[in-house]
This record gives sequence, structure tokens and C-alpha cells, in this order.
Amino acid sequence: MSRISKKFEALRNDSKTCLISYITAGDPSIENSLDIMQTLVNSGTDIIELGVPFSDPMADGPTIQRACERALSKNTSCLDIFELVRDFRKHDISTPIVLMGYLNPIERMGYEAFAKSASQSGVDAILVVDLPHEEAKEVISIFKKYNLESIFLIAPNTKIDRIQEISKYASGFLYYVSLKGVTGATTLDIKKTEEQLKVIKKSINLPLAVGFGIKDANTAKILSKNADAVVIGSAIVNIIEKEQDNKSKTNSDIVNLMSPIRLKLDENLISGEKP
Amino acid sequence: MKTNQNKNLNDFNLMKYGYPDENGHYGIFGGTFVAETLIEPLTDLRNMYYDLKKDTDFLHELYSEYKNYVGRPTPLYFAERLTEKINGANIFLKREDLCHTGAHKINNTIGQAILAKKMGKTRIIAETGAGQHGVASATVAARLGMECVVFMGEQDIYRQSQNVYRMKLLGAEVVPVTSGSKTLKDALNEALRDWVTNVDNTFYIIGTVAGPSPYPELVRDFQAIIGREVIEQMENIDKKVDALVACVGGGSNAIGLFYPFIDCDSKMYGVEAAGDGLETEKHSAPLNKGKIGVLHGNRTYLLEDENGQIIETHSISAGLDYPGVGPEHALLKDLGRVHYASATDQEALKAFHELSRVEGIIPALETSHAVAYSMKLAAKMKKGENIVINLSGRGDKDLNTVARIEGIEI
Ligand SMILES: Cc1ncc(COP(=O)(O)O)c(C=O)c1O
Repeated sequence: MSRISKKFEALRNDSKTCLISYITAGDPSIENSLDIMQTLVNSGTDIIELGVPFSDPMADGPTIQRACERALSKNTSCLDIFELVRDFRKHDISTPIVLMGYLNPIERMGYEAFAKSASQSGVDAILVVDLPHEEAKEVISIFKKYNLESIFLIAPNTKIDRIQEISKYASGFLYYVSLKGVTGATTLDIKKTEEQLKVIKKSINLPLAVGFGIKDANTAKILSKNADAVVIGSAIVNIIEKEQDNKSKTNSDIVNLMSPIRLKLDENLISGEKP
Repeated sequence: MKTNQNKNLNDFNLMKYGYPDENGHYGIFGGTFVAETLIEPLTDLRNMYYDLKKDTDFLHELYSEYKNYVGRPTPLYFAERLTEKINGANIFLKREDLCHTGAHKINNTIGQAILAKKMGKTRIIAETGAGQHGVASATVAARLGMECVVFMGEQDIYRQSQNVYRMKLLGAEVVPVTSGSKTLKDALNEALRDWVTNVDNTFYIIGTVAGPSPYPELVRDFQAIIGREVIEQMENIDKKVDALVACVGGGSNAIGLFYPFIDCDSKMYGVEAAGDGLETEKHSAPLNKGKIGVLHGNRTYLLEDENGQIIETHSISAGLDYPGVGPEHALLKDLGRVHYASATDQEALKAFHELSRVEGIIPALETSHAVAYSMKLAAKMKKGENIVINLSGRGDKDLNTVARIEGIEI
């Protein structure tokens, strides 16, 4: 069983919602990223999504665009990111790591070389934002060969038959983009998202994650009722941006953001209610 | 010479050359590399376009706009004094600079705007480099009564301030793009982000034969009117077309001229911007110096670093300052059907002055690259052979840039 499946199974047994945290690797530096990853795990993160910086992140809002720019100003490469994952794995062998990025840096390295190094360093899955399944056949089979799972996005305007088609190619989990927009948007319609999650959940077998625009514990809690995982991204990256010169403040602010989210998600468990 | 005289867009289906395939691929190039949210609008657009290009009402409307609003057909002008001076092949200029708004860009924007209206969209967005595509988009938005927002790199807003004012006069909002290198590629990113956010009411008019499928195909089809007219105009004067030359930024004016000739034996030359020189880092010549990669929704040749990050490009002309190129050009290069040459900033500037003085036509700096290469090419060709240059735009927008370079205050 893959590390991701194991994680979801363990959480299901404990009736817990999976908390996924996103940071851009190398923002503001690779060393800081290692610290931040450990902080995230310590404050309740179950799966880490590591952004692979790209010069033209066309699906990202200003927050993650600037994170990419900071990471690239230090020339963060795929190889640096594999090194980071290898270092992280020295102390943590159970937290799944998903690399999330755009196709071009992967293509430049070569699918085979990328997949091999990613797998060897301890990466579990890849999410390529600008790679719909129609264009992904070759890549998916190479990822599979190296035991890497392929995560795909589904959007509010993805029709049910297409969702089912996508889930044939997907493994690990499916990632529902909760709004039409870029990362960090502020236009999340919680009611509508809840409704859509209910419909999607019925038509797939994979765990369902929901992200884009989730910034606080209450929103996370509400959406967790119809999803297996919630993703927090720009809210974390905002802290990293604000406190980039102060490592300990970065880490303490991240704890202050994430711990309440974890607590809220686990609220029913603590009070003994059935989730 | 076997030519295709038919006027309907769909008659190109009869051509031997059958690209793109049904998935929008040009060999290994092209495709649809976008985030999931854009799949539905792109599918809708493709379906709508495939229906409409067989629809006689649509074609009537399009051709009526070409004639009455754009000012087509544009003349094919024999550049007699330039020909004499070069003393080689006969040089003909396809006068796209005489289109309404001063460049070929409007052939495409009028077509896409009609599509937008048919799809019930009320808001148009566009990216622009030189500002020509922005102006052409703002123009057709005004013509059809639609809201228009144009994304333009901060760097380009400075270089092309006159076009910024034109867009505003036409009622468009110009949004400065401050991310990345603050030029055309970043304006494209920003337009894609806006589109993802506002897909329900917004139509994205891409300005060149780039972007995800079906854009490279539909922009080509709307620009192909250029080549079709040249075929007719040359047949009317009983001349054979030996060579075709056009500048290549994203490649829309070039493909518009080349496409109807693809099954013929005319030689074709695309001219990229060599900036300070292909041997330097400062150029915009992905077909000459790039690697295959994926950007802005398609696979093509790109200027990128060893980590696959897109690098900043340079050209004296904002309209050629782009690190990628339309996927069909990538294919035509690999097929060997088109030869992709280049011209430096200096060569383009020289040609800018040459054409102004010798023919009384001030070309755009983009176009000047094609003129520069053509002068070299014509000199090597036989007398009596014929070369057609796509005069893609007029140079009024570049007067400030040229004056600044020459230390003149205007
Ligand atoms: C006059 C003119 N020619 C050429 C171009 C380059 O675009 P393309 O290669 O798509 O024709 C531009 C772009 O702004 C332009 O304004």
C-alpha cells in the first residue's frame, strides 16, 4: 500500500479529516523549507504538498507567484527539492509528500530522470497543474513505473462523466479546486462547494481533497464534512512571505495558524460526538 | 502552381497538409496544457468554432467585416524602387499595414469577437506586447459593444505609450502587469488567470497562433485571409510566388501568409528577432535557439534555462519579444517546410529607414525584421523571381522608440 493510501486509511480508522499543507519549496530558502515542513507536521499536517517553483505559474494568484519568484531568486531546482525531501525523510518516513508544479521543469529534466530521482528521494505523488489527463498518458505510466502516484485536479465546471474519466487515471486522491480562479482567491462560496463535494463524492472511489481559498478553521471544518482532506496553501505562504527574515517567527506563526485548524477538524472526536 | 482559391474557412479541410489533428496536436507540438478549470471553456470554444466555420451566416458576417470594417482586400504592392536598388528578385509587399488599426492583428480579433458574441460572452480580455493586438481587441470590442480589458507588461506600457492611450480612447481598461519580466509572456499569464476567474462571462482573445488548442488553429484560419488574397492577387498579374517572408513573434502574420501556400512549392521564410545577435543571450529566437517545452498551454520551442524556467527575451520590437512561438511553426521547422532565419535589432532598424526612404512606407519594427531579411534574400535570388513580404504593420507606434535610440526628442 502506498504511503498516501496508508495515511488515508489510518485517518479513516480514527475518523479524522486529512489536513494537507502547501508550501513552495525553496521559499525563502531550501533550509527554511525543511524547518517549515517539520513545523507543519508538528502542528497537525498529514500530507505535505511541495510546490516546485516555475517562472510562469499561470494557475496561481499573487501570493504563490511571489513565493515562486523568491524560490527562483535562489535558483531552486528539482534537484534541490529532491535533496530537501531526502533530508526530510531522515526524520519522517510516514508523512506523504506530493510535488505540485508545472510541466516544463519536469519535461526539461526528462520524465524518466525526474520520476526516478523523485521516487528515490522519498516523494510519493506528483500533481502537474497544467497537465490534463488527455496529455498525460506517457507521464503517468512513467510515474507509475517508479511508484509515484498521479494526483489530478477537478474543477467546479468539470462534468461528472469527465470526473469519472479523470479518476481512472488518478491515484492517491483527487483534488477538487473549490472555485473558478487562481490559488489564494477570496471568492470561495462555501454552500455551493459543499453541494458540489456531495455530488462528486458519490461518483468516485478515491479520497477527495478540497482546496483553493481555504484560510481558516471554520471553513476547513465545514468542508471536511463532505471531503476526506482539506488543503491550506496561500494562508501559510502569506506567513512565510511576511516573516521571511525571521525563522522562529515564521514557525510560531505557522503553528498559530495550523493548530486551531487541526483542533477544529478534530473537535467532534474530542467531544466524543460521532463525526 | 496548385493553389487554393476557395474563400470559405472550411475549404482548407481539403488540403493535403492535415494539421492539427483532432486533439489540437501539430506532430509532437501544440495540445492543451492548461489547468482543469479551462478545459470546459476550451471545449466549448472548439465546438462552437467547428460548427461556425461551416456556417454560411457566420462566414458572411466575417467577410463583410473584413471588407467594410478592416478594409480588405489589402493591396499587394510592387516595390519597384526597392527591387531596383537590391537588383535581384521582384519584391512585393502585402500591405497589412493598411488594415484598420494599422496591422494584421485585426483579422484575428474581428473573427474571435464574432465568436465571443455568438457564445453569449459580454466581456473580452486580451494580452498585448506592442499594443497592436490590444488596440485591435479594444477596437472590435467597441465595434460590437463589449467590455474590454487588456493586460500589458509594465515594461511594454512604457515602450508603447501611444498605443496605451489609443486603447483607453477606445474604451478599454489597460491593466499593467508587474509580475515576472513584466512583458508579453507575463501579460499572457495574467490574462489566463483572469480567464480562469471570470470564465462564465469572459472571452479570451489570444493575439497570436499560440495558447492551448483550439487557439493556434482558429487564429491561423482568421489570418489565412492574407495568403489567400496574395494567391489571387499574384494570379491576377500572372506571377509565380517564389518566396514568402514574414516576421515571427508568436507567428500569426507569418502563418496567415504561409498557410494557403503550404501545399505549393513556394519557399517560405520566417524571421525571428535576433536582438543583439543569436550568439548573445539577448534575443527572442526560440526556433533558432530554443528547446522543446511547454508554456501557455502548448508544446513548442521555448527559450528557457537548464532548469526549464522561461528566460527573459530581448528585441527592439515589443511584438517579437516572446520566449515561445506558435506550435505550428515548431512543426513546420521540423518538417523543413519553412526556413526560420533571424534579423538583429540593428538590421531591423536599418531596414526601417530603408523602406521609409525608398518606398515611402514606414514599417513597424516587427515588420522591419522581415524587410531586413528579404533584402538579403532578394539579392541572392534571380531577376524575374518574385518574393512577397508580409508588411504586417505600420511604424507609427514605433516612432518614439526609434527616436529615443537615435537620441532625438519628439
Ligand atoms: C506589426 C506586427 N507584426 C508582427 C507582430 C508579431 O506577431 P505575430 O508573430 O503573431 O504576427 C506584431 C505583434 O504585436 C505586430 O504588431
